[in-house]
Amino acid sequence: MNARFPVNKRGLAMAALLAAGSLNAQAQTELTMYYPVAVGGALTEVIDGLVADFEAEHPDIAVEAIYAGNYDDTRVRAMSAVEAGDAPQLSVMFSIDLYELIEQDVIVPFDDLVESDAEREWLDSFYPGLMENGRLDGQTYGIPFQRSTIVFYWNKDAFAAAGLDPDTPPETWAEMAEMAAAVREASGGEQWGVMVPSTGYPYWMFQAFAFQNGHRLMSEDGTEVYFDDPAAVEALEYWVALADEHGAMPDDTIEWGTLRQNFIEESTAMMWHSTGNLTAVRNEADFDFGVAMLPMNTQRGSPTGGGNFYLFKDASEEERRAAMTFIRWMTAPERAAAWSIETGYMGVSPAAYETEALRDYVEAFPPAAVARDQLEHATAELATYQGGRVRRALDNAVQAALTGQMSPAEALAQAQREADAALRRYAR
Amino acid sequence: MARLTSDRRMQVYGALLLLPAAVLLGTFAYLPTVATLINSLFLPGFRGAAPEFVGLENYALLLEDRTFWTVARNNLFYALGTIPTSIALALGMALFVNARLPGRGLVRMAYFTPTILPMIAAANIWMFFYAPQIGLFNHLLGALGIEGPNWLGDPGVALGAVIVMTIWKEAGFFMIFYLAALQSIPPDLEEAADLEGTSRWSFFWRVTFPLLMPTTLFVLINALINAVRVVDHLFILTKGGPNNATNLLLYYVYENAFSFFDRTYAATITVVILLVLAVVATIKFRVLDRRTHYQ
Repeated sequence: MNARFPVNKRGLAMAALLAAGSLNAQAQTELTMYYPVAVGGALTEVIDGLVADFEAEHPDIAVEAIYAGNYDDTRVRAMSAVEAGDAPQLSVMFSIDLYELIEQDVIVPFDDLVESDAEREWLDSFYPGLMENGRLDGQTYGIPFQRSTIVFYWNKDAFAAAGLDPDTPPETWAEMAEMAAAVREASGGEQWGVMVPSTGYPYWMFQAFAFQNGHRLMSEDGTEVYFDDPAAVEALEYWVALADEHGAMPDDTIEWGTLRQNFIEESTAMMWHSTGNLTAVRNEADFDFGVAMLPMNTQRGSPTGGGNFYLFKDASEEERRAAMTFIRWMTAPERAAAWSIETGYMGVSPAAYETEALRDYVEAFPPAAVARDQLEHATAELATYQGGRVRRALDNAVQAALTGQMSPAEALAQAQREADAALRRYAR
Repeated sequence: MARLTSDRRMQVYGALLLLPAAVLLGTFAYLPTVATLINSLFLPGFRGAAPEFVGLENYALLLEDRTFWTVARNNLFYALGTIPTSIALALGMALFVNARLPGRGLVRMAYFTPTILPMIAAANIWMFFYAPQIGLFNHLLGALGIEGPNWLGDPGVALGAVIVMTIWKEAGFFMIFYLAALQSIPPDLEEAADLEGTSRWSFFWRVTFPLLMPTTLFVLINALINAVRVVDHLFILTKGGPNNATNLLLYYVYENAFSFFDRTYAATITVVILLVLAVVATIKFRVLDRRTHYQ
């Protein structure tokens, strides 16, 4: 695994493919797969390289991997294809699309296909925290692929300038507020203490606050949410107080898309962001930075995020077997390790972190292991039936509270009402 | 008998000439419109069940939907904010680059550049202009000693910020139409006016502006359609936030159809948009057509 994605193999793969195609045209199984890229960069090339390697090893299977935009675009593309009667056999999609995909009746559980013990073992080889969003009623529908958690990035130089220990990140909410206010004061108002993004995926960040306060926002079966619980209100009050009381975070919403640039240009000393940004921050920051688990109130916590492999219903037995072979190959420890190094996403199984490549990488660059270590404190990403409406209700509540339009309690009570209305037909 | 056949033949000939346009319009305009109308009368099937016919229930829900009214009001402000300003700006720019000035081609190109940029690309650039701490605008304001707002994050400012970007994007496009119209005005009109000693101001209002009326009408209709049709920048800039402060009708349709999987409700909103657009366009043609001089 020294050359992670040997490009020269691609030519070989094409040759092998052509040879196999002409000799044995009927035996080749053709698969179509949509996949998203949510963090930018040259990830499409990485995927193309992986697919070419796979085809070289499996001349009887041809995979057409189609880049379909971000998670939302990919859902739209895949669902349109299904409606047009041209369903893909498999796809990488948002892990929280599970309920919608089940409701539209377009995916099948992996349990239906598992035959041998080796395959059963493979199903159990992933981090349990990453399987939470892929399982429903004891069936496994999603296999983790590009998965992340929220981690804490801090600027060590800014900490030193403010008289803080540059190597000690805040452990608790109170410490983070204090340290952030200290940085703000020491910089004479030039630099903000901390930024937590509140556009794009506000519900995701809020889940982290709530879980750190010991509160899970939804039921296991995705039919109920608990937004107006006192623990949730307290969590949102803390988030708002970072700006209002501690003066450590700017007012109003903070843009997800430009936050990394804020951190790199040192306009904030700390940020909460996806691990998917790790490699980019590493390449662009010209100051010393650290990555740690998010601070805690009553417990540590972060939701997981990212994309899973799904198997689609509208496929022949043969195509499903081929899709399974492909997914097993893509999530094997060596590939998971290479993928993690290339992107900053997590290695999806413990075995991935035991490969030589990833072990060496983590040793040389310890921040790469933070997401993994945080996994034992992770909770599932907010996923329910009517997920789009439910998430939007919570997004609005978070933004209404942060922009001072409503108090946290009012905002969350309204979100609860909207979510209850959306979920009323699903109560079991 | 022979004459009848030739009449017939002419009719068939005419029908055949119309056929391609009719097929295209039918397939891509009328058929979807009718399908949308029918869709809006159903509720989506629950857990794989067939859609349920509910008559006008979706429309009743729409009337009670507070988000819809917020979004509709936003869209009204957005239209009022973008249409008059971008048209006035387009006319001003067209008059400016129609005059004899050095480097005219370059200025024309500069004005037209925003139009060539895809909306998504433009929005990505403007997102960094608007970024509160690291953005261009607040750096410039900071140099003047003013602390700039959180352009896209403050619900009181965000819609205005989106409007400004839209005007920047659209004015250059409308300018091209005005420029073309200005160049088709015969120069002898101006020569005659000069002989009479007419001031430039009254020449503009008495001669140029009335002659531009067909263009103004065309641009007005287009600007109105764009105010409802183009929401690409919202996907990048705000996603309709904070708390729906910048949400527009078509983006709300998209959310309902593809985030909430509620196609029939999306169809209902679409029908309402179509109705409103049809009414406004009719009024514009009726009222303005009377005051428009076609050459």
